[in-house]
Amino acid sequence: MVAYLIRRLFFFVPIVFGVMLLTFVLFFVVQSPDAMARRVLGPKATPKAVENWLHNRGYDKPLLLNRTGQAPWHDSLFLNQMGRLARFDLGKSDVTNRPLAEDFREGALPSLLLTVPAFFVGLALSVVFALYLVFIRNGVVDLAASLACVALMSVPVMVYIIAGQFLVAQVLNYFPAFGFQLEGFSTAKFLLLPVALMVVSGLGADVRLFRAMFIEEMGQDYIRTARAKGVSSALVLLRHVFKNGLINLITLVVASLPFLIMGSVVLENFFGIPGLGNKLFSAIQAPDFAVVQASVFLGSLLYLGGLLLTDICYAWADPRIRLQ
Amino acid sequence: MLELRNLSIDFGKGASRVQAVKGISLSIAKGETVALVGESGSGKSVTGMALTRLLPEPPAFYAGGEILFEGRNVLGMNARELRALRGGKIAYVFQEPSTSLNPVFTVRSQIAEALHLHRPEVADVDAEVVHCLDMVGIVSPRQRMDDYPHQLSGGMQQRVMIAMALACRPQLLVADEPTTALDVTVQAQILDQMRQIKQQTGMAMLLITHNFGIIGGIADRVAVMFRGKIVEEGATATVLGNPQHAYTKALIGCIPQLGQHRRRLTTIDHDALGALC
Repeated sequence: MVAYLIRRLFFFVPIVFGVMLLTFVLFFVVQSPDAMARRVLGPKATPKAVENWLHNRGYDKPLLLNRTGQAPWHDSLFLNQMGRLARFDLGKSDVTNRPLAEDFREGALPSLLLTVPAFFVGLALSVVFALYLVFIRNGVVDLAASLACVALMSVPVMVYIIAGQFLVAQVLNYFPAFGFQLEGFSTAKFLLLPVALMVVSGLGADVRLFRAMFIEEMGQDYIRTARAKGVSSALVLLRHVFKNGLINLITLVVASLPFLIMGSVVLENFFGIPGLGNKLFSAIQAPDFAVVQASVFLGSLLYLGGLLLTDICYAWADPRIRLQ
Repeated sequence: MLELRNLSIDFGKGASRVQAVKGISLSIAKGETVALVGESGSGKSVTGMALTRLLPEPPAFYAGGEILFEGRNVLGMNARELRALRGGKIAYVFQEPSTSLNPVFTVRSQIAEALHLHRPEVADVDAEVVHCLDMVGIVSPRQRMDDYPHQLSGGMQQRVMIAMALACRPQLLVADEPTTALDVTVQAQILDQMRQIKQQTGMAMLLITHNFGIIGGIADRVAVMFRGKIVEEGATATVLGNPQHAYTKALIGCIPQLGQHRRRLTTIDHDALGALC
């Protein structure tokens, strides 16, 4: 088990390196560092100012490899940045010059406040609904619920957002439809609507998926055995079906954990929540490559960590799986 | 003890209706072993599942007849009565032990679950689990009961299935192809074990199989099923020694005999037989 984990952690290095290389190439294929500097500094910037800007941030170096012969081959923009990231130094924003570690620490909290409640409420509701639909499967209510799920899935998130903001702010005049302030418990009033929308927009797809998953379990031989033992339908579902379905559920759930920290780009933008999703969105527009790079770096590490956690959870939930 | 009267079972309705069981009558007395023999699709497993209404309804539909267990009609029972019947009075052993045991629970918890349901008075559940495993010939049951099904061989898994069925001291054991998924030497061991347990406990048994070869030493009576009907019924020795119905003759003729001169294996001409039935 420990050997397995160490081996897996070892693989993180080439994978993250590949992801970073891809991000770097994609970003600078679209625009050169020079173009980036001009966009940040504005059209009236003097060539001298642009040169200084590039020099201060290391963008005057060759992009991937240094083949000028005047400096070692690894003295390039990309490799210098990689060296910095390898020491877990996220660097500074290209635009504001603020240390990014600070920026991310600040942004993580609003993101988590939005995504974590939405994630757990959504998951709990989906599992409960799905189990209930399996319990009453093939009835009229089940059919109606399946239709409702398809309807929920088919509506784009934007529609939920606009309709939700209109309903809550204009019609009910209840709590703020936009904005965010960290002020203890009353922060909740800013989060209620986006959390509810995030739950509703994900519910249709999840309920359908989980329902299908549990129905498939219902057809297994061991479910017949459980029924033949005299186990009640409810307990068959809650014990035998659920424990087996859990194995599939873990894949979906754990793999989505990194996205909780990285925030919801769309919702954060629409509701003016200063989370990480919002920061990434503005960074791409700015353009602030340092922020994009640091986000991708943290995101890929979190994603890989999530996958590793999935494997560990598998081994915990399924006695047939051993990590070797 | 158990009596089927003119039982008919359909699957689906209207144009897609399939008559799986067409008005069969069969009785099993206390302590008796009856073999229900037929090829796949003959309706024998459906009959076995129907005894405690295990078939999912719909698509299954009890079109007619009665299932009487100790004088009470199973088809008229409510969910609670059915749960008490399943496992408690009539227990099952299925064909494929590797998929019939729940992979994520230990042997102990799966047997204990049956005990909790039907024998809540048992104080020392672990000791009872060990006793059940011991009864079906599992060596060092105390160690084995913490195993998960995948850690056991096919024969051991089927023994666990039998132990689980026996745990609640049922009056009738329905064994649906209990040895089909096992290799031949293990088959013989399991059948032998079942015979012994029957002698010890005195329970009745419905042995569902396609294989005439295995019923000789174990069944008192045989009922032969073909296309949803019982076409022949009688004492095992009589049916095996002097089969009357053409289908029974054909089925017995399909058993390859040891030492016989090499010949083509016998097959069954369904169209010719269908005309007879």
